[in-house]
Amino acid sequence: MNNMRHIISILMENESGALSRVAGLFSARGYNIESLTVAPTEDPSLSRMTLVTNGTDDIVEQITKQLNKLIDVVKLLDLTEGPHIEREMMLIKVKATGEAREEIKRLADIFRGHIIDVTGTSYVIELTGTGEKIDGFIQSLDGKSIMEVVRSGVSGIARGAKSLKV
Amino acid sequence: MVLELTGAEILMSALKDEGVEYVFGYPGGAVLHIYDALYKQEDVKHILVRHEQGATHAADGYARSTGRPGVVLVTSGPGATNAVTGIATAYMDSIPMVIITGQVHTWAIGSDAFQEVDSVGITRPCVKHNFLVKDVKDLATTIKKAFYIATTGRPGPVVVDVPKDVTANKAEYAYPKKVALRSYKPVVEGHPGQIKKAVELILAAKRPMIYSGGGVILGEASKSLTEFVRLLGYPITQTLMGLGAYPATDKQSLGMLGMHGTYESNMAMHECDMLLAIGARFDDRVVGKAELFSPGSKKIHVDIDPSSISKSVRVDVPIVGSVGNVLDEMIKLIKAARKQPDKAALAAWWKQIDQWRAKDCLRYDHKSKLIKPQFVLEKLYQHTKGEAFVTSDVGQHQMWAAQFYKFDKPRRWINSGGLGTMGFGLPAAMGVQLAHPKSTVACVTGEASIMMCIQELSTCKQYGLPLKIINLNNRYMGMVRQWQEFFYKGRYSHSYMDALPDFVKLAESFGHVGMKIEKPGDVEPALKEALKLKDRLVFMDFITDQTENVYPMIQAGKGHHEMHLSPERELA
Ligand SMILES: Cc1cc2nc3c(=O)[nH]c(=O)nc-3n(C[C@H](O)[C@H](O)[C@H](O)COP(=O)(O)OP(=O)(O)OC[C@H]3O[C@@H](n4cnc5c(N)ncnc54)[C@H](O)[C@@H]3O)c2cc1C
Ligand SMILES: Cc1ncc(C[n+]2csc(CCOP(=O)(O)OP(=O)(O)O)c2C)c(N)n1
Ligand SMILES: [Mg+2]
Repeated sequence: MNNMRHIISILMENESGALSRVAGLFSARGYNIESLTVAPTEDPSLSRMTLVTNGTDDIVEQITKQLNKLIDVVKLLDLTEGPHIEREMMLIKVKATGEAREEIKRLADIFRGHIIDVTGTSYVIELTGTGEKIDGFIQSLDGKSIMEVVRSGVSGIARGAKSLKV
Repeated sequence: MVLELTGAEILMSALKDEGVEYVFGYPGGAVLHIYDALYKQEDVKHILVRHEQGATHAADGYARSTGRPGVVLVTSGPGATNAVTGIATAYMDSIPMVIITGQVHTWAIGSDAFQEVDSVGITRPCVKHNFLVKDVKDLATTIKKAFYIATTGRPGPVVVDVPKDVTANKAEYAYPKKVALRSYKPVVEGHPGQIKKAVELILAAKRPMIYSGGGVILGEASKSLTEFVRLLGYPITQTLMGLGAYPATDKQSLGMLGMHGTYESNMAMHECDMLLAIGARFDDRVVGKAELFSPGSKKIHVDIDPSSISKSVRVDVPIVGSVGNVLDEMIKLIKAARKQPDKAALAAWWKQIDQWRAKDCLRYDHKSKLIKPQFVLEKLYQHTKGEAFVTSDVGQHQMWAAQFYKFDKPRRWINSGGLGTMGFGLPAAMGVQLAHPKSTVACVTGEASIMMCIQELSTCKQYGLPLKIINLNNRYMGMVRQWQEFFYKGRYSHSYMDALPDFVKLAESFGHVGMKIEKPGDVEPALKEALKLKDRLVFMDFITDQTENVYPMIQAGKGHHEMHLSPERELA
């Protein structure tokens, strides 16, 4: 069976320790985590976590069952089972001197990034999109010009009027 | 003005309101306020053990034999770490327990304070859930939640970590009657459509097999299971954890299955065309090699925990729900169904099973001049009329107890299956005896296992617990030796028990009765005499045949049809 990438959205109690229960589950059972993001929702008692993992259907079935079994997990949805939107944000610091200054600016425009900090020798660019788009931007830069990369990890939401709520 | 109580008093009141009879514990700095509150009340009885591992196993034995949650109280740091083995033991076998661990003051948490460990962190992977109580106002509700989580759905241990200042601070006390957790709602009713599908498969089977496990005991569904199995006339096998849920002496019972299960059970598992698993989790000791497991059967699995289903073996009809509810629904549908089991096919199937049974796979050498461990257990069974509570440690003796003591009732067979914790038997027996003061409680153990919690003989003396300890002393870690004989060409690396104590003197030094039995002819008289000593703990040291092995045996990685039988059996 093939390994497939899955984006799992989790609503959980905003309790101290809830995050470590999820992280502990993945390490204890040997599941992969590609990325994991978590932050409180509009209801401060709830956190929303987006977890990107990969595995065979059997493993992903176990992952969702084991996550659901955690007492702190209120609701869970495998976004990849339906149409969904996936976004990641990157802050990237690049060397920007001489001719490269214009070139990088143009490139950022093409990718709809924003330059949000400027010095005589560097830019910080903010870029949002799918993981692929962000990878694409990084690849199109000259590797030597990259000073620092900070990626938020994936967050996602299902398309359509239905929502993951308690 | 409303009355305010200290956290320690709140804790004791909550335990009382929860109906807790016994707390198994050991004091220390972080729990001194709690012990003071304990001292000032009479509703909850405290049993002082000699090691925190003993407290957890005793509470566990209490829980397994009654169905009520076991309660433990230990101090922070080493108290909590000593309790971990017992917590993990309960977790693996889904036993409801609430463990209260003391913690350093809230303001000292994280400072490497004296006797500080991250108890919530250490226990996280081996509890159903755990809590750190940071505010005395949350204490009563947290205790209520802990009991609720521990005892509902798939049961399990819950740790409540209580910092010392929380036990001193005051709050109003009101014990909630109910708690509801939006994030925890176990499913108990099976899906009607799935149940209907399952019943169709069950009734269409030509070679049916029922495989039931610990879930039937945990779910108090022994009656429903028995009615269901008798109604169909199908064969049933039970896991190590399920023994007693269906009467072992009934003719439809094929005994245990798996690594050391009976020939007939394992062959029937392999050859059946419909396999119904009820409250069993397809453990690797049962399944063997998954690819070879019951290759020709349609599989139905009833379990309260969705994560148990299709974990190691894919099933055709999963049913999430509590065993009792699901079986009762199935019984109704079967009774109402027009189609009934194919009588001729079933008769042929039973004929085949009886041929396997005729192999008499548990046969052992009755003429030996040495005491055979199986013989001791057979006689224990006879002389207790099959009515004793039997706890066990881990090793060969555990397997023989499971094979030779025929349990007709649930909650009589108390052993550590999932974690396989040596040291479990004696403290677990204490909990059982406290819960059933008038019953015979036998602890079947080995000379290696018993040494792991031997200090609890002192607790037994303090509380007058008249256990009957059956030490099957083969001077070997027999189970380890058996594997070394089979798979390591007899290189007995560190499986020999050298420098054993004189168990008779040891028992006597703790104030108990000790007996040493060396000849087969002395086995029955010794058992009779010991069972007559109703109010004394008797430690029976049976010097058994050192070379005896447990049969049948399926080697790890082999299929059910590839069992080893005993040399006696092969000769016969
Ligand atoms: C030395 C040694 C040898 C062993 N050899 C064997 C062997 O030969 N054969 C054998 O069988 N075992 C053997 N074991 C034990 C084995 O390791 C497992 O512990 C055992 O097989 C598991 O039993 P079980 O499947 O009944 O599951 P349990 O651990 O009892 O789990 C119970 C299952 O029921 C479910 N459940 C709980 N409550 C309910 C409810 N109300 N309704 C529905 N479902 C519920 C749970 O979710 C879980 O899936 C051995 C252990 C040791 C230490
Ligand atoms: C705490 C612990 N340590 C190690 C083991 C591995 N182990 C399983 S059985 C066994 C030997 C048990 O010997 P004994 O109690 O004498 O029983 P016997 O097999 O001889 O009947 C060992 C060491 C275990 N199950 N538990
Ligand atoms: Mg031994």
